[in-house]
Amino acid sequence: MHSLQVVYDALPSILAGSLVTVSNVALSLFMGLLLGVPMAVSQVYGGAWLRRLVALYVWFFRGVPILVLLFLCYGLFISMGLAVNPFFISCIVLGCTSTAYQSQIFRGAIESLPRGQLNAARALGMRDNMAIRAIILPQALRLSLPGWANEFSILLKDSAICFVLGTQDIMARTSFAAARTHEHLALYAAAGVLYFVLTLVVLKLLRRLEQKVHVPGYSSGIGVESMGMG
Amino acid sequence: MDQHTVLRVEGICKKLDGKTILDNCSLTVNRGELKVLIGPSGAGKSTLLQSINCLIPPDSGEIYLEGCQLDRTDKVALCAFRTQVGMIFQDFNLFDHLTAEANVAIALRKVRGMKADEARSRAQEELARVGLARRTQLYPAQLSGGQKQRVAIARALAMDPKVILLDEPTSALDPELVGEVLAVIRDLASGGMTMVMATHQMDFARALATEILFMERGRIIEQGAPNVLLAEGSGTRTRDFCQRLLEMGA
Repeated sequence: MHSLQVVYDALPSILAGSLVTVSNVALSLFMGLLLGVPMAVSQVYGGAWLRRLVALYVWFFRGVPILVLLFLCYGLFISMGLAVNPFFISCIVLGCTSTAYQSQIFRGAIESLPRGQLNAARALGMRDNMAIRAIILPQALRLSLPGWANEFSILLKDSAICFVLGTQDIMARTSFAAARTHEHLALYAAAGVLYFVLTLVVLKLLRRLEQKVHVPGYSSGIGVESMGMG
Repeated sequence: MDQHTVLRVEGICKKLDGKTILDNCSLTVNRGELKVLIGPSGAGKSTLLQSINCLIPPDSGEIYLEGCQLDRTDKVALCAFRTQVGMIFQDFNLFDHLTAEANVAIALRKVRGMKADEARSRAQEELARVGLARRTQLYPAQLSGGQKQRVAIARALAMDPKVILLDEPTSALDPELVGEVLAVIRDLASGGMTMVMATHQMDFARALATEILFMERGRIIEQGAPNVLLAEGSGTRTRDFCQRLLEMGA
């Protein structure tokens, strides 16, 4: 019964940590969305140098482990004499990494749209940036949702590593309680359940969003229909 | 310059990967005329139509709309030109995330700057004109091929184009749906709409075309009124081609 008591005592602290985890992930996801969409658009429609620049960014942030990036960013802040805020650094590192992954989710969705969509918009006299905003992105973002939900669950779990900098998230508070009480098994099991529940709830919400923005007859029927058209 | 000339295209050339797709194509369309492009697949009919509104930018050649030369490097002028030149595609290219009504209304709002309700009522008008008054709230995936193509025609008409380019508008349709789309095009022709249409529907071309242009290997090799080109014993490539289409049961 002792271990249950330990978990119970540590719970307020760990739950408070889940707020930190959630805000860390939410901010990073939002940053990734904000930067990932224009990056995907540049990569598909942009000029050669812009495409290369985006590719370089993606290559870097997909290639370097988050743990390395965290210490790199930490070192950068120290060397520039800036105040080190672990939460801030976690958000930047996770945000930059997620930007790279999200841009590729959006790029895939944009490229999967039929070429005729842009042509039809152009033929009506739309400028390219107008066509991308009004025609391409509304469709591409819908197609991105399943991949984006995946990115969320990966990011949530990756965020646990930010405890190395002292971010007061679920992981940090759990390891603190575990070090104090030596109840590793019970405490980390509790943390695991917490991560699991968070993932489950948000994925359910995203799934509901997916159904809400689903266009009647769209995406599920396309393949079958075009086969019959031949 | 003839007052009645709507569209004049001169010396359009296009090469892709070193292969000549269009070789010095020229055509003139006067107000109310229906010019029909025919010819074997790969002759360049579709490329010619898409070159006229620069969806496929031509390598050389000039395009005039009502006597004004199009400056292809001027993006604003090109967009303005495209609003006046309607385009109908073989595979409809409706915006899949928008209802029939919104498909028609979106360019009215974004390009013409109309208010939402104004654009909506104009869209309903155009959809009624193509016989889809009761389908305005359906999405493309809920429409038949023929209905989709009619929405596409309504979408083009809503911009009040001076000329409409139709790129094999019935080729992707099941045979029983071809008629409803041709009927709409026939109505447009009798209403005096200026059109250039690529098609394999020879009966339609014979009955309605002001002139048939026969294309082969990127060139317009024959041109004339249907009754002249298709006359028995005329010995034209056009007649030969149509004869073979008939034999294949097309």
